[in-house]
Amino acid sequence: MYQISIDNLNTLFEKIAAVRSLYMPVKKNDQVNFHKWEEGTEYCKDELKTVKSAKDLFFPQSENIVAFKKEGKKISVETGELPSEKFVLFGVRACDEKSFEILDKVFLSEPADQFYKARRLNGLVVTTACGAPEESCFCTVFGINPAEPKGDVTTWIADGKLFWQANSEEGKAFTEEIKDVFVDGDDSAVEAQKKQIAEIMEKLPLTGLSLEGWNGDVTMEKFNQPQWAELSEACLGCGTCTFVCPTCQCYDVRDYDTGHGIQRFRCWDSCMYSDFTMMAHGTNRPTQLQRFRQRFMHKLVYFPANNDGEYSCVGCGRCVSKCPISMNIAKVIKAFGGDKK
Amino acid sequence: MQKITGLAKKRILELLADGTVTKVLGWVPGDFCYDVTPAYFETAEEVEGMIYDSFCGANLSKYLINGCKTLEEGGKILVLLKPCDTYSFNQLLNEHRIDRDKIYVIGVGCKGMADIEKIKAQGVKGVTKIIDNGDTFEIKTIYGDKTVAKKDVLLEKCLSCKGKEHKAFDEVIDPEPETEQEIKDRFEKVKEVEAMTAEERYNFWSGELSKCIRCNACRNICPACSCMKCVFDNPRSGVASKANTDTFEEKMFHIIRAFHVAGRCTDCGECSRVCPQGIPLHLLNRKFIKDINEFYGDYQAGEEEGQRAPLVNFDFEDVEPSIVEEKGGN
Repeated sequence: MYQISIDNLNTLFEKIAAVRSLYMPVKKNDQVNFHKWEEGTEYCKDELKTVKSAKDLFFPQSENIVAFKKEGKKISVETGELPSEKFVLFGVRACDEKSFEILDKVFLSEPADQFYKARRLNGLVVTTACGAPEESCFCTVFGINPAEPKGDVTTWIADGKLFWQANSEEGKAFTEEIKDVFVDGDDSAVEAQKKQIAEIMEKLPLTGLSLEGWNGDVTMEKFNQPQWAELSEACLGCGTCTFVCPTCQCYDVRDYDTGHGIQRFRCWDSCMYSDFTMMAHGTNRPTQLQRFRQRFMHKLVYFPANNDGEYSCVGCGRCVSKCPISMNIAKVIKAFGGDKK
Repeated sequence: MQKITGLAKKRILELLADGTVTKVLGWVPGDFCYDVTPAYFETAEEVEGMIYDSFCGANLSKYLINGCKTLEEGGKILVLLKPCDTYSFNQLLNEHRIDRDKIYVIGVGCKGMADIEKIKAQGVKGVTKIIDNGDTFEIKTIYGDKTVAKKDVLLEKCLSCKGKEHKAFDEVIDPEPETEQEIKDRFEKVKEVEAMTAEERYNFWSGELSKCIRCNACRNICPACSCMKCVFDNPRSGVASKANTDTFEEKMFHIIRAFHVAGRCTDCGECSRVCPQGIPLHLLNRKFIKDINEFYGDYQAGEEEGQRAPLVNFDFEDVEPSIVEEKGGN
């Protein structure tokens, strides 16, 4: 396995940035999010969870789709170009990497979303194993292994070194381009870390969650449970959970009046909002209970029902740590009896 | 804190039993000692599961708007309010958003609430237990134990505590003796921002506000933001939006909101507490409070029931603050 000393990471980043744009967890104004690496940027290697997930790089919060411009009596339509920036997304955790697979099911099924597809084709995903998971982590519940994240390339940070393993054809080809920054050597530290991570995950409070009873044809059974009322009663109806979530994929398409035309853009939407899926007749979910239920039914029932049993939660725990009232999917699963610990 | 919880539970059970109240608004514990959730209780059994500890920073006042509306005929809702929460409570009363006759306030003592983000910023990870020892927290984690001083991990709002006195209550439960707390001038950072050059200030706010993800947590938690339908949610308003379409808009959302709550904001600090991106939104509100104090004399929103707010109370002596005038009419 290739490796490079942590002290030399900048050499690696310079090498990557010379051929592609490079995005990674970086602290700006006291918060860690994915930002573009430039000379002098410090990689937050120990940050487990960026505030916003890595999905931003493929499915940005807001993007322009088309513009209508009016000149005299003429209206022109400008469709713009598909994103073409080739980039490397570095330091993605196992949970976020899995979220791409879930988003792919939505955006790449025919007819494929051209903006998303272009970014996916342009982006190379380099993951990093989670050396020190924390209490809000529960990815293992969804069959994700934080010690062996997937992606085009997998890396481990252990023993003062970064270990690099190319997985996909793209990952291997890219590794060839930059391989002279690496050295070969003993990788026993990786095996030791994998074992250690597995032991830590066992000890975490949420990894005993059980999804038993959520799979199969349970729509009406779950929909009509009385627990939803209590679970949703303190919900503020803000969009924090949906906007920090790596798998939330709903968006709205809106027109912005530029004064001399229209800029049509799409932006993330939240099922927690009162005008979510607003239709001519009004809203079909007038209460917060209904909106709250929608979010969890989508993740745990509707999505798996339509996607071969795949849940649309990856257990990253962002909603667990960010919800202003500390209500989250783990508490929902528990309220329905799903806790083995 | 345990003492307060015990006494409060005892009183709540009495008040529920004799029919004084029919519903209780408090907190329930979560999975990790710090993730408490506001909750309603209606039975003695439910009250048993209630908690009041150093992580109950949430201001429950705003829940009373809906709480009053959904109360059954003749019912009464009991709410636990910390001293600073009672300012928001009074403000909601003054704005006729809640009905005093339907509410029973138990004022609970507070020694300052902890901010889990600040605890984690001290390198704490994998929390399994937090023991409150008064001045310190003993934190057990899967990576080892750590003790942190409470004063170092208090919520931002607690650093400039308004005092331990409840401004509205039916009864107070505060059995523990006062402790000394250093109170920071709440305008310290505002003054610092004011002293910046226009460019520095612009850069400061651009840096902070560009983190905004328009989740609306600040607005939805805010007791002063109690409009039935926010203009930003109303598709017919022409300004509804779910994302910042440009950098101008991301600033405008917060500045407009700050203007709208000016003179009504009690400085409860909830906006900054809930912001997932750690934007110091309270600074905008404090700037307005500072200006109002300077123009119209010291004023604290929510200090008492029935007070008249300077911005809605015309007086012939009123100043006419204007940036145009200040700059010599240019």
